[in-house]
Amino acid sequence: MSVEQTDNRWRPSADLAVMHCRAELLNKIRCFFNDRQVLEVDTPVLSHAGNPDAYIESFVSQYDGPGGSKKLYLQSSPEFAMKRLLSSGSGPIYQICKAFRNEELSRLHNPEFTMLEWYRPGFGHHELMSEVEDLLKYLGLLSGDQRVLKMTYQALFERYADVSSHSADLSDLWVCIQEHNINLSNQNANDNGGRPDFDKDTLLNVILTHVIEPELSQIPFVFVYDFPPSQASLAKIRSSTPPVAERFELYGKGMELANGFNELTDNVEQHDRFVQDQMRRKQKQQQEIQIDQYLIDALSEGMPDCAGVAMGLDRLLMLLSGKQTLKEVMAFPFDRA
Amino acid sequence: MLDNDPYVIVENDIVKPGKGQAFNRVKVRNLKTGRTIDRTFKSGESVEAADVMETSMQYLYTDGEFWYFMDPDTFEQIGASEAAVGDSIKWLKEQDTCEVTLWNGVPLTITVPNFVELTVTETDPGLKGDTSGGGGKPATFETGAVVRVPLFIQIGEVLKIDTRTAEYVSRVKDA
Repeated sequence: MSVEQTDNRWRPSADLAVMHCRAELLNKIRCFFNDRQVLEVDTPVLSHAGNPDAYIESFVSQYDGPGGSKKLYLQSSPEFAMKRLLSSGSGPIYQICKAFRNEELSRLHNPEFTMLEWYRPGFGHHELMSEVEDLLKYLGLLSGDQRVLKMTYQALFERYADVSSHSADLSDLWVCIQEHNINLSNQNANDNGGRPDFDKDTLLNVILTHVIEPELSQIPFVFVYDFPPSQASLAKIRSSTPPVAERFELYGKGMELANGFNELTDNVEQHDRFVQDQMRRKQKQQQEIQIDQYLIDALSEGMPDCAGVAMGLDRLLMLLSGKQTLKEVMAFPFDRA
Repeated sequence: MLDNDPYVIVENDIVKPGKGQAFNRVKVRNLKTGRTIDRTFKSGESVEAADVMETSMQYLYTDGEFWYFMDPDTFEQIGASEAAVGDSIKWLKEQDTCEVTLWNGVPLTITVPNFVELTVTETDPGLKGDTSGGGGKPATFETGAVVRVPLFIQIGEVLKIDTRTAEYVSRVKDA
């Protein structure tokens, strides 16, 4: 590392034009929701509980002061606090905030990023997708008569990877992976005489990230909806044949932009899913995350049926400003923070 | 270590779905063959570290089969195969210090200094007084390397050469 490079790190990595673009984006989003009478809210970034999802690593901090010491988590999303507001009768709400995820750093990941999250009581996931589409139009990312393509998760896999996400078994998925020349590490293959610990969702995610997302890079926007129940996260599961999780993802040029749910409102099922997450964390020898009892209590009180979505604004800004990396749209990304 | 060969990571890209397992798409270069391949790992997966170390050693001589290097501290000598020496062969001058990459104690690759000073053993007589250097002419050095040099260079002169580009840099005074 030369002296010159080190010294330049005090400078922002995004140019001034992009910072103007960011300010305009935030302003437009607030106008959009103000027009629709969706309330802007502000919830804590530090909380006593975190998200036990085994594939999200929280930053942990500690409070010391009056009242003693307390472990605090930096939020990975404002979801739990916002659901507590919904349960207390807030009506439709949105928030623009920072979200934090440890161990995530790449062209498209920064450990701290800006998130837009909103909830619509009375909406299903399809109605919320329409509103996301309206927002894209409002921001000028989509022209008036343009529609966002919509495909089920199953149709997506059939079309771009020629495999059925629903009926394929593990060996079908391995064949698909090999046919697409993905050189997947098999380090522990000999331990149990077979393939190492790749479950179906992991293999589906290999195909999604290595085969399908590159194909989607040709498409301005696409909604993928109705996910396998094993990937429900916090979405309601519809008992159709086959059952699907009422979850959707928005992709822009192959880049994941937003994730939405027809929200799980059942407190018992929510608690069960948290416990399953905890067990998975334990198996993987990850840090234990305190379950958010306030959220469970709020759901017990009764959260209205609603749909919610979280959108990564930095990535959206990449599309708006035609940039290829997060660094170019953030004033001070990880290496300058 | 992958498939029993030592590799060095060239590129490491994380791909992560918002909900689900993260993967590292890694480009790795085989230190033995120099070939680069792609491989995907689940994030957090570990592989055996290769016992690879880099050390500065002085080049001594060759017996045609091995090229011998000496550790300047321990005076220990070690022979490198022709495969390990590779393209560096034409820049190797006795007593020059090279970077030797050892894998399990055996030389894997030899990296010569960026700049070496070599004596011209053969070149066409140039025009006296021509210092423009335009055009140039080939010159052969004591190590066998051939480099384009300015027209005014004579046999017996010592020149500084950039080994990365195989280009003439300057004359060396008082060789």
